[in-house]
Amino acid sequence: MIYLELFWSFFQIGLFSIDGGYAALPMIRQQIVETHGWLSMTAFTDVITIAEMTPGPIAINAATFVGTQLAGLPGAVLATLGCVTPSCIIVISLAWLYSRYRELWVVRGVLSGLRPAVVGLIAAAGISILALSFWGGTLWEFAFSELDGIAIVIFAVAFLVLQKWKPNPICVMLGAGLLGLALYGLPGII
Amino acid sequence: MKKDFRFYAKLFFSTFYLSAFTFGGGYVIVPLMRKRFVEQYHWIDEQEMLDLIAIAQSSPGAMAVNASILVGYRLAGLPGALLTVAGTILPPLIIISLVSLAYQAFRENTVVNLLLKGMQAGVAAVIANVVVGMARGIVRQKRILPVCVMAGTFLASALLGMNVALCVLLCAAVGLCDAVMQRRHEKEAQKR
Repeated sequence: MIYLELFWSFFQIGLFSIDGGYAALPMIRQQIVETHGWLSMTAFTDVITIAEMTPGPIAINAATFVGTQLAGLPGAVLATLGCVTPSCIIVISLAWLYSRYRELWVVRGVLSGLRPAVVGLIAAAGISILALSFWGGTLWEFAFSELDGIAIVIFAVAFLVLQKWKPNPICVMLGAGLLGLALYGLPGII
Repeated sequence: MKKDFRFYAKLFFSTFYLSAFTFGGGYVIVPLMRKRFVEQYHWIDEQEMLDLIAIAQSSPGAMAVNASILVGYRLAGLPGALLTVAGTILPPLIIISLVSLAYQAFRENTVVNLLLKGMQAGVAAVIANVVVGMARGIVRQKRILPVCVMAGTFLASALLGMNVALCVLLCAAVGLCDAVMQRRHEKEAQKR
């Protein structure tokens, strides 16, 4: 029963991937490539590339992609639902607890430890995207010769615009994309 | 806040629209949600948004999905949570279904690739901007511990590649110990 297998497989991915982003990749690979053999390693690499190129969490993108390939639209829907069901159950329970006990000193203590941690974690994720954008590798793989001047310019412009005028971040991301198209593409045209 | 049809429609389309733009991992959802729900609609205050993000971060599953569930539940209970989940998973579902029909062509398209290369730098700027704003809030508390926790998790995660779940657990423990110490101090102060 392919539908049930898809649902169950992505249910496990959703349950065991804290952070849902790139940290979920080994778990997804294990389920899709190794356990079930639904995709070859090459096809799996394609999934990651496409997940990076399209909006949305990587696990959900992978679920939709694998589901579509194996069992069409119903497969995609079931795999995606499997992926978010654990989140729904756990997060709604936490949300209920939070709404009830948020004034309790124990809860306030735990949250006061988590708030600065979240800022640190977001900063870490930001730095790894920055590294990927500036020299196409991880933080440790810094190479002066690989530095991408155009990316640095786009980053600087976007950051200044955000700080000065506080526009909608979506407009800034789209603007950065168009600027990239113009700056990277122009030399090829001229 | 009136919970009529217009409110639910606004909630659904907000999450749908934000989800359609969460490029580069789930973290971009943080600045996008802040802009929409805190600054634009004033449905949630700044401090509570931070709590919700902290809970989303500490739960299994994708950050963007978790954050949407929390916002939906906070604003309109269980129906709100189901509505925002639907709004969040529909855009990737639609986009990937379309792309998977012709993914070879999509992956090799030059225009798409250059656009995405530019957007990557833009995403980094959006995240940098929200980190600067949030870090300022932490520093303004004028306490050493939160600043150390922030710097510590950043270094552990960025340089040492420490597991996110482990970071979250450690920091929750630090926060709890801090709260216990503070309570003890307060009690001693009352005795005197």
